[in-house]
Amino acid sequence: MEQLNANKNYEEAAKTWEGDFLFVIQADTELKEPATIYMDLWHGKCRGVALMKPGEDKKAAYVYSGPYGNWKKLINKQIDPIQGLLTGKFKLQGDMAKVLRAVRAAKELVETAGKVPTEFA
Amino acid sequence: MWWFTSPKIAFGEDSIEQLGAIEGKRVLVVTDSGISRLGMLELVISELKKEPRDIEVFDQVEVEPSFENVEKVAAVARGFQPDLIVALGGGSCIDAAKAAWVLYERPDLALDAVSPLTKLDLRKRARLVAIPTTAGTGSDATWVAVLTDKAHNMKLDYFASRELVPDYSILDPRFVLKLPKEATAYTGLDSLTQGIEAYVNHWRNDFSDAVALRSIQMVFEYLPKAFDNPDDLLARQKTQNAATMSGLAFGNSQVGLAHGLGHALGAVFHMQHGLSVAISNIYVIQFSSRDAAERYADIAHAIGIREESAEKATSLLVESIKKLMLHLKTPLSLQEAGIPQRGLEQNMEDLVEKTNRATVTFVNPRVPNAEEIRKLFVYMYEGKPVNF
Repeated sequence: MEQLNANKNYEEAAKTWEGDFLFVIQADTELKEPATIYMDLWHGKCRGVALMKPGEDKKAAYVYSGPYGNWKKLINKQIDPIQGLLTGKFKLQGDMAKVLRAVRAAKELVETAGKVPTEFA
Repeated sequence: MWWFTSPKIAFGEDSIEQLGAIEGKRVLVVTDSGISRLGMLELVISELKKEPRDIEVFDQVEVEPSFENVEKVAAVARGFQPDLIVALGGGSCIDAAKAAWVLYERPDLALDAVSPLTKLDLRKRARLVAIPTTAGTGSDATWVAVLTDKAHNMKLDYFASRELVPDYSILDPRFVLKLPKEATAYTGLDSLTQGIEAYVNHWRNDFSDAVALRSIQMVFEYLPKAFDNPDDLLARQKTQNAATMSGLAFGNSQVGLAHGLGHALGAVFHMQHGLSVAISNIYVIQFSSRDAAERYADIAHAIGIREESAEKATSLLVESIKKLMLHLKTPLSLQEAGIPQRGLEQNMEDLVEKTNRATVTFVNPRVPNAEEIRKLFVYMYEGKPVNF
């Protein structure tokens, strides 16, 4: 969250963005338990982030979900978030047209995530 | 994974005769008033009438159609209830027909809510035939329609669905014989830019690479001939085929930053699309070569440039493109194209914003930030080689 809020490119790109996200990491052969991350994104800033507890229910304007293996590819820039949707590697619930008008913001979000030291299970 | 999607393509001399064999009892022809005047509409109707059919014509498609223009086409479709839509014209006519087709079959959808993930379920009422009269946008082979959102003064570049690829494309060279010199040049350069961008962008694949490279070769070889000798049927046929091939290339991968910049210029200055992307292309290649020199070098080698160094080959590619543009009497900078400096300065933030929001900008081999976009417009205006 700190890294995202320090990213001026993200702040500029997402300055009109309104809509919170649930990022759902589905279990697959590499990950036994699914995980869901909530991010409250508003006008270029992240107002809050939370790792959801198993079974915890939360609504969000957008749900971006995919198997763990695809998330690794996304963070490692082997696939971009839009192509991921077009090829069915990820699913989106929410206004796709609005997301397509904010591709720069999506890119900066993924770039920022990639800079966070991450240990994959 | 990815898909490769193509219409059924009838090409070559007399290919228009295939139109008569396509099923459809109620045919809506979507075209513009210029096509009507040139006699091409009569040829299409005479082919259609080889079978008993009812035919309706809408010939008021605008250049770079707006939502409002598309609504007018759709209104005619709703009244006439066609089972076959024939788009006859350049990219504007084909794109308008695609969008109107959606509204006809899916009146529940708004144009700006359609995205590549929207399931359209087309073909319950009609199928689509595209007959290009330019060489060209390649829209007869793509799943996108570029529409003008007048309310927001921008081009919508995500109105797309694989379902929008026409069922048929008919490439009869007689339909491009009467293309005036300037249109020959600009639409041909659009085709070239599409092929180049398709070859270097992040979504490229083996299939798109193959058609992209061949289309680029064909443009370099035949576009000057078509420009110099408008009645050269072979040159016209080759440039027409190259345009559809470039559409197959970018329709199955993407375009890139030259189109992002070009769409912004089109929205703000109403610059002709082929011209805006062609000028942008020169500077985008220079900008992107840092990250894609090997790919540009492939293109250079494909058109006969013998240079081992990827950087030098890319530089020579740019020179070849400029030489082609000069042959086609095409400006190489925004200043030469008549864009006023004051106008560029006054609209700079809008141009940058539009480019920054274009989806195609983000599949470019090198993705610019806002400051780099701003500098690109300045360099494009001044005609200065990109050195950042």
